[in-house]
Amino acid sequence: MPGHKGGRMNPELPEYYGRLCMSLDVNSMKPLDNLGHPVGVIRDAQALAAEAFGADHAFFMVNGTTSAVQTMIWTTCGRGEKIIMPRNVHRSAINALVINGAIPVYVNPGRNARLGIPLGMGVEDVQRAIEQHPDAKAILVNNPTYYGVCSDLETIVSIAHAAGMKVLADEAHGTHFYFSDRLPVSGMAAGCDMAAVSLHKTGGSLTQSSILLSRNTVNPDYVRQMITLTQSTSANYLLLSSLDLARRHLHFHGREVYEKTIAFAEYAREEINRLGGYYAFGPEICNGDTCFAFDLTKLSVHTRDIGQAGIEVYDLLRDDYGIQIEFGDVGNILAIISAGDRRMDVERLISALAEIKRLHRKDPVGLFDHEYIDPDVAMTPEAAFVAQKETVPLRASLGRVAGEFVMSYPPGIPILAPGERVTPDILEHIEFTKAKGCFMTGPLDMALNNLQVVVS
Amino acid sequence: MELWYTDKHTEDVRFSVKVKRQLASHKSEIQQIDILDTCGFGRVLVLDGELMITEKDEFIYHEMLTHVPMAVHPNVETVLVVGGGDGGTVRELAKYPSIREIDLVEADKEVVTLSSIHLPFTACKLRDPRVRLHFEDGLRFVRGKKDAYDLIIVDCPDPYGPAEGLFTREFYGNCCNALKEDGILINQHESPFYAAHQTSVKNAHAHIAIEFPVSTVYQCHIPSYPSGHWLFGFASLKYDPVRDLDAARWNALGIAARYYNTDLHRGAFALPNYVKELLNR
Ligand SMILES: Cc1ncc(COP(=O)(O)O)c(C=O)c1O
Repeated sequence: MPGHKGGRMNPELPEYYGRLCMSLDVNSMKPLDNLGHPVGVIRDAQALAAEAFGADHAFFMVNGTTSAVQTMIWTTCGRGEKIIMPRNVHRSAINALVINGAIPVYVNPGRNARLGIPLGMGVEDVQRAIEQHPDAKAILVNNPTYYGVCSDLETIVSIAHAAGMKVLADEAHGTHFYFSDRLPVSGMAAGCDMAAVSLHKTGGSLTQSSILLSRNTVNPDYVRQMITLTQSTSANYLLLSSLDLARRHLHFHGREVYEKTIAFAEYAREEINRLGGYYAFGPEICNGDTCFAFDLTKLSVHTRDIGQAGIEVYDLLRDDYGIQIEFGDVGNILAIISAGDRRMDVERLISALAEIKRLHRKDPVGLFDHEYIDPDVAMTPEAAFVAQKETVPLRASLGRVAGEFVMSYPPGIPILAPGERVTPDILEHIEFTKAKGCFMTGPLDMALNNLQVVVS
Repeated sequence: MELWYTDKHTEDVRFSVKVKRQLASHKSEIQQIDILDTCGFGRVLVLDGELMITEKDEFIYHEMLTHVPMAVHPNVETVLVVGGGDGGTVRELAKYPSIREIDLVEADKEVVTLSSIHLPFTACKLRDPRVRLHFEDGLRFVRGKKDAYDLIIVDCPDPYGPAEGLFTREFYGNCCNALKEDGILINQHESPFYAAHQTSVKNAHAHIAIEFPVSTVYQCHIPSYPSGHWLFGFASLKYDPVRDLDAARWNALGIAARYYNTDLHRGAFALPNYVKELLNR
């Protein structure tokens, strides 16, 4: 029982959250099972989730998809072992390496030159990485990326399995793939060994709840042990029950929910492209390789041609029009459309974009035009993170090996990861992103005037 | 047995009227539409449970929406009405021979259909050859227009349902773009009286004031609406609603009106202190 005893300890709790909510906040009661050792209702709920997602096993996660991604990596790769991944992974993947000392082998994700966005991994690039690193244990694939771009997952799975490697799918943005025939293939359907699925992002569960899926190619008990390394022994039942409710809703209504989402997104793309100046991109950016498939529910809009960085449009939408979208980067904005949106919300977004173009249009020159920077990896993330470090002014870090992360959040994809050498391109990117008002996270110095580098 | 219809003016205040019979009850794709024949107010249009217009006092609302801008702008030829599917605003506009085109954009076709059957007193001019009906979202229609109208009238329900988008800054900005350089925007601006509605009055005014150099409100008394004290927004890129009133020109047109006259026009812009405070806060 939590100390508030159903809210009696502090009446403000039930007043604010409501009685039902308080009654769900319970712990350590036998009939409620135990997330770290599920033998009752949690085991049953997880079995239903596995069935709904076409997996052999499902694990409820209460520390975000971050913990699901980390578990996938720790389960398949140990200290000094290699994992192949695209460089545009979420920080949680590289963090997992910082903690366990596995070695990243980065595959350069392709790049769409017009949009300045990183794509997925090309099959030939993955094949080459496998040949050069036949001892690698696993391959991590974004399915999809934040922008809705998918690699050729089925082919990657078949070449990886042929080489004896496991395939891990980061499906933080891919829950809906499991419930539609019009969307890219899901990790489990493609034969991945494990998948981290953010039910809270597009599946309708509460923030911070997530699901880890696996097939019988990995030992589920070992997975559970890995999860419990960092998982709280007091998992919150609001989160857990929301996973069960979301699973149920998706199982019975997922198809119509995502049909509606796709229809909203397609309508918005068409209308935004009619406004002119903006480019709301869709499946036409597919190239058969680094962008093998596109997630139709994603609404990403390229804003550079109206002379505004994505982050600037993102800020204008929020400050002037009261519209909160997912994120803005250098050249694009991304709105996550869901069946929870109303027709009017979509109309408002389109009309606000029309206004921003009318009132703020500028010449596009001078906007930094690339997002992906090939990393120069000098040390493993773990070695750099634990090495002796010193703090230097940002500019003075040129040529040094970074001892910490720099990223703008969202999307939370590192611009610089521990162990990577600081190049002029990277400094320029950091400074531009900072100047445009992106939220920079990672470094010890929260203002990012200084950077920690490895003492040589 | 007595049957009463109650409109919730706020959580704590209600307005009830005795019903003779229900003429229509229909669930459209957008909302629940009901039309009642009542004892004190004649026929009443109700959307999603909320009173829209009554036969007895709709003339006040529709006259104030149209004649005020028409007496200021010297030559209105093209008009856009957003909402207003009952036809009352169009009926008033149709009295002006100078008007060549009226675009009526109503999101819900069924409102027009049912009004045409049961509310002939407002819907009577919807078949005027100058009127073009567009059944689509107001935001969507307006953002596609530029330099197209002398007058835009936003005749919509409260901002707490499907019409929420018509109280936003982006909508007013799109209207500004759709107006000619001496165009006028008139909008249904809610009641300033109850605290529950004050935020929308204030926000709507703030959003309009950003987009238009001339922006103010005027008032009238509509007995069936919450508190009876009702506001309209007057916004323009050029004309001042009082200084540029051309009473002689308007009176020479000989337009029949039961509420509006050019003396009342001036008075309508004289605001009570609490309204001034609300708008300036
Ligand atoms: C690709 C990707 N993976 C993993 C995560 C981590 O998810 P969470 O925030 O639920 O821990 C995110 C979150 O932004 C993400 O974008």
